Amino acid sequence: MFAEFFLRALVAGLGVALVSGPLGCFVIWRRMAYFGETMAHASLLGVSLGLLLDLPLPPTVFATAVLVALALLGLERLGGLSTDALLGILAHASLALGLVAAALVPNLRVDLMSFLFGDILAVTWFDVAVVFGGGLSALAVLALFWRQLLASTVSPEIASAEGLKPGIARLILVVLVAAIVAVSIKIVGVLLITAMLVIPAATARRIAPSPEAMAVASSVCGMAAVVAGLFASLNFDLPPGPAIVAAALLVFLASLAVPRRLIMGNR
Amino acid sequence: MTRSLSSASVVPPPAAAPALIEAHGLGVRRDGRWLVRNVSVSVRPGEIVTLIGPNGSGKSTTVKALLGVLSADEGRVGRRAGLKVGYVPQKLAVDWTLPLTVERMMRLVVNHPRAAIEESLAATGVSHLLGAEMRNLSGGEFQRVLLARAIAGRPDLLVLDEPVQGVDFNGEVALYELIGRIRRQTGCGILLVSHDLHIVMAETDTVICLNGHVCCQGSPRLVAESDEYARLFGPRARGALAVYAHHHDHAHLPDGRVVSVDIDGRVHDHLHDAACGCDGEGSAPSDHPDHHNNHHHHHHGHAQSRPPREAGGGAA
Repeated sequence: MFAEFFLRALVAGLGVALVSGPLGCFVIWRRMAYFGETMAHASLLGVSLGLLLDLPLPPTVFATAVLVALALLGLERLGGLSTDALLGILAHASLALGLVAAALVPNLRVDLMSFLFGDILAVTWFDVAVVFGGGLSALAVLALFWRQLLASTVSPEIASAEGLKPGIARLILVVLVAAIVAVSIKIVGVLLITAMLVIPAATARRIAPSPEAMAVASSVCGMAAVVAGLFASLNFDLPPGPAIVAAALLVFLASLAVPRRLIMGNR
Repeated sequence: MTRSLSSASVVPPPAAAPALIEAHGLGVRRDGRWLVRNVSVSVRPGEIVTLIGPNGSGKSTTVKALLGVLSADEGRVGRRAGLKVGYVPQKLAVDWTLPLTVERMMRLVVNHPRAAIEESLAATGVSHLLGAEMRNLSGGEFQRVLLARAIAGRPDLLVLDEPVQGVDFNGEVALYELIGRIRRQTGCGILLVSHDLHIVMAETDTVICLNGHVCCQGSPRLVAESDEYARLFGPRARGALAVYAHHHDHAHLPDGRVVSVDIDGRVHDHLHDAACGCDGEGSAPSDHPDHHNNHHHHHHGHAQSRPPREAGGGAA
């Protein structure tokens, strides 16, 4: 029915949306959007380092993102600067170092632009496997630690006093965001990955009566955006990554039109 | 300056039982400053311990260090193995992006059975809010839900940091009654942080007066009569406590509402002076805002000119 490249793109995109849905909910609940952005820039550094040192890309990108995330946690512990400022330093330092490292690669074979905006139509079945391998692992961790993660998000103090470990919960979320960003950088690109975390979750907020429902609705919104964006890209010859994010935005705007009385959970 | 008053003259509840939670020489230091230092506290089963102290005296910090929410920089904290804690923190803001009904909030940490949830909500008088969203609740409703959540799991230790903030006066009396009832029915230990001296005193076994360190401790009456207490809160607060003790001795009413009606306008005002003088610690929507004007008076003659401030929640 479709060309195989399109099918691969569809499957990969749906995989990213499936995982970025629930994870994106935590990103907006915990106000981690800028952190997602920083992870995306760190991923670009990871790509450059992988190309420079001739290492396999997915693990290198993931490791770089996790290292930058740990650097953030370490710097926070040191105190003195707000998380916001630290993220500003790490995000842009990663971007700059990534571009510097890319310039050092002899005979650069890949177009770095494809990592900025994604190149979903060029994904291989190997990429699809990486997305689903990483994505399903991330979903499993989320499901396993759901109560722990949610309680720590609502009140780290209650969670800690009543025997949970909010510090571990935070570490888990940070690593998961690093993972999802690393595996989806090729799909929507560095500049748009945060959108896939934030926009579907924000859309789901409008209609979901509970945190769990919001996580599911967020996945569904993201997947709808992937399908709509890819078909728009095919039919109107649009760049697929931006088309997906534009579709997510349209779904969000449509959700704003939902009458307030239909929004559940409001008295 | 630290002097521990003996609490031997009152009936200490099961003093023989080992402490549920205890700290010895507890100290918490942030940014090179001691928020609290040399604080020793213990709570036994069936005991109500109340922490009082002026704004920024380290009450919440002490509680958090005791619970392990903050790490202590000095001293020793011990808790009974397998201790089940129910905690109502002083501050909790639910992000508006998080859809959280009261029912889901009740199952935040432990997935309690429906019956336990309904029972606790009924006990705090907010059964009708089961399906409401947390962010739509008023300050008083919010506190009642937090208290219901904390007691739903039948904890061994209930830790309540200003549990009645935003609750109106009658509701306050009723909630303190409930806290007393919970203690009698379940035999749990209760650690209370309070800005509302006079009512708390009714059920409290041990009062600990904090001001960066333990100023004095003992039964409510012993504390009220101590010089440290008068120095910390001013002589007027001492008078208020005496009034209260009088009521306590004679009335022993199980129904707090009757007591509050009992207290006529003059005494009522007087009590509130004292309560506000002790602590103005951001105690959210107070139903007696006018009394906060009196705040400064009570700190005259205090030895320490700059009491340490409470930790704002610097640890992530």
